[in-house]
Amino acid sequence: MTPVTTPSTPPHQQAERGMGADAAEGPPSGAEQALQAAFDAAVAADERIEPRDWMPEAYRASLVRQIAQHAHSEIIGMQPEANWITRAPSLRRKAILMAKVQDEAGHGLYLYGAAETLGAGRDELLDKLHTGRQKYSSIFNYPTLTWADVGAIGWLVDGAAITNQVPLCRCSYGPYARAMVRICKEESFHQRQGYELLLALSRGTEAQRAMAQDAVNRWWWPSLMMFGPPDDESPHSARSMAWKIKRHSNDELRQRFVDICVPQAEALGLTLPDPDLRWNEERGHWDFGAIDWQEFRDVLKGNGPCNEQRLSQRRRAHENGAWVREAAAAHAAKQAARRAAAQPPGQPSGQAARPTETARS
Amino acid sequence: MSADWPLWEVFVRSRRGLSHTHAGSLHAPDAQMALRNARDLFTRRSEGVSLWVVPAAEITASSPDEKDPFFAPAADKPYRHPTFYEVPEGVRNL
Repeated sequence: MTPVTTPSTPPHQQAERGMGADAAEGPPSGAEQALQAAFDAAVAADERIEPRDWMPEAYRASLVRQIAQHAHSEIIGMQPEANWITRAPSLRRKAILMAKVQDEAGHGLYLYGAAETLGAGRDELLDKLHTGRQKYSSIFNYPTLTWADVGAIGWLVDGAAITNQVPLCRCSYGPYARAMVRICKEESFHQRQGYELLLALSRGTEAQRAMAQDAVNRWWWPSLMMFGPPDDESPHSARSMAWKIKRHSNDELRQRFVDICVPQAEALGLTLPDPDLRWNEERGHWDFGAIDWQEFRDVLKGNGPCNEQRLSQRRRAHENGAWVREAAAAHAAKQAARRAAAQPPGQPSGQAARPTETARS
Repeated sequence: MSADWPLWEVFVRSRRGLSHTHAGSLHAPDAQMALRNARDLFTRRSEGVSLWVVPAAEITASSPDEKDPFFAPAADKPYRHPTFYEVPEGVRNL
């Protein structure tokens, strides 16, 4: 087995959710060809691949990489916005921002759950994030300098994420697609609250308006980079599209996002910081200027403004939460011991014969 | 989120009159914590009126392969469907 599928989950979970031991050993080549053919046919017919189906190891590894990176992005993505919770300008804005940051945590958990169905362990995933062996979206390595950044993140960063994620709702891997359906429903609130926040600033005092424009100026280009490198330099794109993990190319989605944003910026009364932005009648799309891919690579490599801060904050949060996890485990052990002691001898443990009898509401 | 925390499958009844439906899974040290975490994770927008949490390890599944001959016996019995039968023209309420 490759490292990504090495289970830190117990065997029973693996049999239940991940692939069985037989498949892990690798079937004989004739059988493998038949399995590969069945997989290819399912993907071609737009059927979903489910956790216990046979799948090529490279497909599994590619999904684990993508879903883990996606989950990590949600978790790290809580930090730039949480930075402003205590300084939100009103109770209304504060309640909204807390709900949004809580959603990001939830999205991270849906996605870790999806990655675990492929045999990756939760602890293993967190460990890879904490040691920098798995990435998160480089957008979160930029700082949130003013309150307007909360608006710009909602409108542009979440907007770019939605453009990326809506096609993922039709991804060939069932658990990932189902997680994305849930996430996309919740993201639209994120984008709207950001847009509304910027609109309030844009219609406010001259200083508030300038603050909104400054935030948009800083977040515009990094948001365009969120779609990843241009198609001819994107290492995983072609294969992911053949597997129907991805449905559209990076450049296609980036163009879609630019086309959506231009009229929205106009309605906000703000400008986008690109002198080359103009309508191309022939293409039926907005032309836009060249992206600074050197900056993208630098930030990805770890030299962005906040890389170190984001990772060390994440590690600190994990370490500071250790006592809570230990206390919860101790409480669970104590309750289980009490139940065992109260059980008359000879009786099997367990709570009820049928789940419906205890769980019925 | 310890490795020792078991995995729970979460089922949500979205409203009265409907069955519980699988929503996803989570880790928790015990059933009570699993329920509380499930509430926070899967019903932040009133998506449910009732929750079940089931230890994933307690689920018995039909087979390691979703396309199993286990289900084959049903495939050759079209006479179990009403569309199998011919009904003469003009006969109603059948």
